[in-house]
Amino acid sequence: MADKILKKIYVKVWRQNNPSEKGRFETYEVENVSQGSSFLEMIDILNDQLIREGKDPIAFDHDCREGICGMCSMYINGHAHGPDSEITTCQLHMRRFEDGETITVEPWRAGAFPVIKDLIVDRTAFDKIQQAGGYVSVNTGGVPDGNTIPISQVDAEEAMDAAACIGCGACVATCKNSSAMLFVAAKVSQFAKLPQGKVEAKRRAKAMVAKMDELGFGGCTNTGACELACPKNISISHIARLNREYLKAKFSD
Amino acid sequence: MSSFMKASIGRKFFMSLTGLFLIIFLFVHLTLNLLLTFDDSGVLFNEAAHFMATNPIIKIMEPILALGFIIHIIWSGWITLENMKARPKGYQAGDNLLKWYAPAKNMFILGGMVLIFLIIHLFNFYVKMRFTGDPLLNQPGPGLEDGVHNSYALVANLFIHYPVYDIIYILGGILVGLHISHGFWSAFQTIGLNNSKWMIRLKFLAHLVAFLIGAGFAYIPLYFLIKF
Repeated sequence: MADKILKKIYVKVWRQNNPSEKGRFETYEVENVSQGSSFLEMIDILNDQLIREGKDPIAFDHDCREGICGMCSMYINGHAHGPDSEITTCQLHMRRFEDGETITVEPWRAGAFPVIKDLIVDRTAFDKIQQAGGYVSVNTGGVPDGNTIPISQVDAEEAMDAAACIGCGACVATCKNSSAMLFVAAKVSQFAKLPQGKVEAKRRAKAMVAKMDELGFGGCTNTGACELACPKNISISHIARLNREYLKAKFSD
Repeated sequence: MSSFMKASIGRKFFMSLTGLFLIIFLFVHLTLNLLLTFDDSGVLFNEAAHFMATNPIIKIMEPILALGFIIHIIWSGWITLENMKARPKGYQAGDNLLKWYAPAKNMFILGGMVLIFLIIHLFNFYVKMRFTGDPLLNQPGPGLEDGVHNSYALVANLFIHYPVYDIIYILGGILVGLHISHGFWSAFQTIGLNNSKWMIRLKFLAHLVAFLIGAGFAYIPLYFLIKF
């Protein structure tokens, strides 16, 4: 069956030329959008229209468009990555919207994620947190035979679940406190469950939390909104592990 | 340690510990208060109130309890302020993932309302019992020995003659229950005592504890409202 065509939709989008400008919402009409097109394709169509009209196209982050790179970052109708769960914006399709609907598109809002232009925010804060301790610096030798490392299946799976984090920032965007705890928890957790990561566990937890606080992210109040918004379905039980790792490290000082 | 006090997790650590401590206090408080409904002559409650007012352990615990409240309240303001600063500009479409009334989203507001209730409550009973005194406290009653105040008369008088206070106290019970329904499991999460298995158990326990405390405290004014 052919995809339905949305005759006309209204896209109310945040426009901001540079970080220091105040910014404003502008509403654009887009006609004849196939419900089979992705949300980003709809923005592409809109941008094409804007370019033809001699206007500045909407700047937005995107890269792989297959849900794994973590670049796309739109806050659509009050939901990070749009109304569907466990997907990134690029995996969202126009079939989730009705004809004549006004779709509000905003950038991630957080003090630590300043707007660069329109819908693009600066997420280097995540890189800084990662650089503060999200790595293994001890010598783990060459590639060992998989069977010689004693890791239980459960631990390996849990570490992998945490490592699924693509650092898109939906957790920060959704959290009412703009807290980066789910991100930091995932990054700490993926190491905490594995023998290679345990060597530097204390330093890692302390350094990453300190960096997170320094960069102006809020604190976690356990609302659980982050795990609902997370395209990779990362559980807040990792936050409990981060708290545990951090407190263990602090109390042993 | 000072870096721990300032760190986001450090701040919340104190919120969690004081919160759990206050929940224990509420259970003790509720157990004693329920005596109001077991004995309409007031003998049982007066004895309990006298015991609590004179017991040395309780005397020691009183300032610790006050400190628990103060830390919990001041830290909540500090944490909330810091958290609000983390998002200078909000969303126009709002935040639609959690319902607006979810206790998790409204802990500061719920806590604030509980604080208002607490102040009213302290002026209703504690201030009179401990400092200013009240003619009702000296009212003769069954089984009252020398020096034992008729606390029952003070409480019963308020609940029987001022239905508006019954409503306030029922509301207070519900509010504190809602606050605990999130606070209880959240405290365990913050001190790191949680995982994917215990998440379900702790959330269930949180609702159970919240119900017991909320319904327990709301039951007392309701009892007086209906019976008298």
